[in-house]
Amino acid sequence: MKTRLNNRQFKSMNRRELLKIVPVVALGVFAIPKVQAPLLKAGLGFSDWVSARLFRSSHLAPTFSNSDLTPFNKFPINDYDVDDPEVDFEKWNLTVGGAVQKPGDYLLSQIQALPKITQNTRHVCVEGWDVIGRFSGARLSDFLKLIGADLTARFITVECADDYYESLDMATALHPQTLLCYEMYDQPLTREHGAPLRLQIPTKVGYKQAKYLTDLKVTQTLQKIGYWEDQGYSEFYGL
Amino acid sequence: MATRAIEIEDPKSGEVTEAVYEHPLVVRLCHWINTVALFVLVGSGLQIFKAFPSFGAKIPQKDLLHWPKAFAIGGWLGGALQWHLTFMWIYIATGLIYLGYQLFSGNYRQVLFAPRDIPGVWPMVRHYFLFGEKPAAREAYNPLQKHAYTSAIILGALSVLTGIAIWKPVQFSWLGWMMGGFHYARLWHFLIMWALLAFVFGHLVMVVLHGWSNFVSMLTGWKKDPEYRAE
Repeated sequence: MKTRLNNRQFKSMNRRELLKIVPVVALGVFAIPKVQAPLLKAGLGFSDWVSARLFRSSHLAPTFSNSDLTPFNKFPINDYDVDDPEVDFEKWNLTVGGAVQKPGDYLLSQIQALPKITQNTRHVCVEGWDVIGRFSGARLSDFLKLIGADLTARFITVECADDYYESLDMATALHPQTLLCYEMYDQPLTREHGAPLRLQIPTKVGYKQAKYLTDLKVTQTLQKIGYWEDQGYSEFYGL
Repeated sequence: MATRAIEIEDPKSGEVTEAVYEHPLVVRLCHWINTVALFVLVGSGLQIFKAFPSFGAKIPQKDLLHWPKAFAIGGWLGGALQWHLTFMWIYIATGLIYLGYQLFSGNYRQVLFAPRDIPGVWPMVRHYFLFGEKPAAREAYNPLQKHAYTSAIILGALSVLTGIAIWKPVQFSWLGWMMGGFHYARLWHFLIMWALLAFVFGHLVMVVLHGWSNFVSMLTGWKKDPEYRAE
């Protein structure tokens, strides 16, 4: 025997059932300007948190054969200001500070004296394009040991000749494919690609791979995160 | 599958009609939350696409289409990424809750396209597109509907997997590899969006054409006077 209701009872039951899905309206908070920004920041922050948990130093970025390389003249040049900040190579050095035992100015030759790594890896831009390039340089982890960095510190920050700035989590800084890069396609880095020294990090999106480095610090806290991050891009953006 | 059915009596005329409880609360909540999430993901996805509206090389760049800003969410690439990377969690969560609920409750039998539905496909196609006679309804969804809904669920899962492949091409490089590489994963992600939009379009057309009671049942769960007899 089926339950029998009259019209009115059926209607009020329907009303009750309709009310039960009203919580969906809570998504409307995203339309309120004042709370929208913090909510989206929290969402992006959660994505970054998950990204950092997913990161494994043993997970290597895929490497490619020379025949897969994007031709050098088709490797895009992205900058936020100028292609060439006119670095004076004669006077250039990398100023190291923060939580390190041996702060000071380091010459390019000191970085080139470290074991040289060459890798063909994919460069992924936040815009959506990707290219495969050939990069050579010293492992950032080797350089951090050279300067006696406190490897328990949380971040590496860099500043650039074009006033760009970036920060990097320590786990990524110690990843074996994270390079202080001074060569591309077996040639010294060109000015447009960040001469004399840039970061090359195949486990990060392009904007984290700062060019024309001038300063490097090891630090526990960040005043600012990075040029694009401070405008709303992902802080971690690990690939 | 036992669908909960009741009888409704009109006290004046004494007429009795049947009503069935078609959509449990979890399904209704997931449906509507996911609707909002999909809307935001498509809108922000199209804004993200505007940053590089191509699937070829960066140099030289051949744009595929210039999507109007008015039909995009986020205002700029960074803003759109915030929306996308926030609502993807809502999308994934409702998807998983929905799938889990359907599996454990057994309610999946209502929508899952199964081999026994195959013989019913042709008569429905004949009815919809060739003005054939309408086959008798025996359950909530006809074989074509089941096919559409099952496809939509699969597309939803693929949209997440292709998304992970382009968000995490290193940590999940095997996913990208299965899709033919990072480049292709991005293209699949885009095409799957259009396939989902095609489903949504068809879904809305059907609701408008003969779906008022279907629409109400996705709100309240109950459908009055169904075409089929509940067991």
